[in-house]
Amino acid sequence: MNRLENLYRKIIMDHYKNPRNKGLTDDTRYKQEHIKNPSCGDDVTIQSFVEDGVVKDIRHDGSGCSICCSSASVLSVLLKDRPVKEALAFSENYTKMIANQPYDETLEFEDALAYQGVRKFPARTKCATIAWKAFESTVKVEDNDE
Amino acid sequence: MESLSLKKDFPVFDQNDIAYLDTAATSLTPRSVIGKLTDYYNNYSANVHRGVYRLSHEATELYNATREATARFINAEFEEIVFTRGASSALNLVAFGYGLSNLNPGDEIIISELEHHSNFLPWQQVAKKTGAKVVYVPLSEEGRIEVEAFASVLNENTKIVALTHVSNVMGYITPIKAITELAHSQNAVVCVDAAQSAPHLQIDVKEIDCDFLAFSSHKMLGPKGLGVLYGKKKRLENMEPVEYGGDMVETASKDGSTWQAPPLKFETGTPPIASVVAFFEALRYLQNIGFVALKEHEQRLKKYVLDAFSNIESVKVYNPTSETGMVTFNIEGVHPHDVVTVLDEDNIALRAGHHCAQPLMQWLGVVATLRASFYVYNTLEDCDRLIESVKKAVTFFKEAGL
Ligand SMILES: Cc1ncc(COP(=O)(O)O)c(C=O)c1O
Repeated sequence: MNRLENLYRKIIMDHYKNPRNKGLTDDTRYKQEHIKNPSCGDDVTIQSFVEDGVVKDIRHDGSGCSICCSSASVLSVLLKDRPVKEALAFSENYTKMIANQPYDETLEFEDALAYQGVRKFPARTKCATIAWKAFESTVKVEDNDE
Repeated sequence: MESLSLKKDFPVFDQNDIAYLDTAATSLTPRSVIGKLTDYYNNYSANVHRGVYRLSHEATELYNATREATARFINAEFEEIVFTRGASSALNLVAFGYGLSNLNPGDEIIISELEHHSNFLPWQQVAKKTGAKVVYVPLSEEGRIEVEAFASVLNENTKIVALTHVSNVMGYITPIKAITELAHSQNAVVCVDAAQSAPHLQIDVKEIDCDFLAFSSHKMLGPKGLGVLYGKKKRLENMEPVEYGGDMVETASKDGSTWQAPPLKFETGTPPIASVVAFFEALRYLQNIGFVALKEHEQRLKKYVLDAFSNIESVKVYNPTSETGMVTFNIEGVHPHDVVTVLDEDNIALRAGHHCAQPLMQWLGVVATLRASFYVYNTLEDCDRLIESVKKAVTFFKEAGL
């Protein structure tokens, strides 16, 4: 596989074209975070609903490149129904994986593993992590409230 | 223009086999400018204005020589040239030095949706502080500022007109001389953002008759972090400084202080001396080429790319009629960041994003665009590389299902 094919894996393009859990809700039980990358215009909003320490649902919306938009969809599937602690462990290790640092490879990253290709494109790491950052804030806010 | 021989003047190409198409963001630096930067540090390195010893005196002479050359470059006078950190800083100086103390509630500032954030946000802020109102020239269907549309928003409340001379996204030239004449008929002051025009067009401030004009050294082969504010002598004399300190003061005392005459009044602190000194070489380099030859060269490259793009179905060009060397485009259905990664793989450097012009992106109805901009060092071969790579991106993303 060449570098570009490795970056734009089928899984990623599929999430980009057919995003899961897309569209925001008015339900006030959801915590929301909106992040905008001023340099490129990527714009992501993540909403998560946490109950009894478990991430019950994740919604997302926004505009941006395929790497950015697809990763919001991917995380919404991967992290749903996981305890907050576990979801945060995924997020933390995902960020390390993208940054080409040692990470916990025993975690079952499923579709998110496809983003390994981003490591070869340092200019695109922000695209791959912005949705995850937004997700982290939505569940960390929940922590503070408790 | 013998483009190939010019590439040799730019050491960046010794190390990088790139097609550099992002001059609208910043230009590359020729050897002569780099040489002058190091020459200053190797042989002078002393401060300006302050020392009476030989080295400082010589450094001051070099510094002033660039001020003189800059003045001649735009047909201004020596005292009308203020060095700043860049065009942004120069425009902020006009907004906060002139605007803040001359605007009142109900006054109007005319700008446009074509403005770079640097000629939009300072005015938005000053309007907020003074109670003045920001008014936008309605753009033509193509996205141009036209004289009639300008006249439709000009009135006796207009106090300041701040417009871009050449749009950094569309590349259109604003009919600034006619606009200035109209603005003056209402006694409004005209501030021109020339960041994208000074590198490509012969500017004559006496002919335009504008009150202020700002541009950046780094977009015209000079060092980064240096800009120029031209202001009519009378305007600069009546304008408040924004920064106070050493060098700008005439007498400082506990009972009050007085300022130096312009331009020093606006240049407090030790300036970027090496950059100013080296900017001289950038001006010389451009003058040796000449703006007529430069324009011809840029037009040839632009036309070549436009012709090729018109044969690629999914490429949409937003500014086909532009008079300057800038092509702003997208591949339909593909985000510009995804495209630019494919181009980057082929060592083509060009800009994807909103180009610090979010109001214009909103006007165009897109989140971002790609922009190829041409300059002295570009060649038809660079254009071929761009065209091939864009074709490749079209195919690649089509196969990926976009
Ligand atoms: C039209 C225009 N105005 C202002 C600026 C700001 O210039 P600088 O970044 O040198 O301050 C730019 C460059 O980005 C520009 O293109």
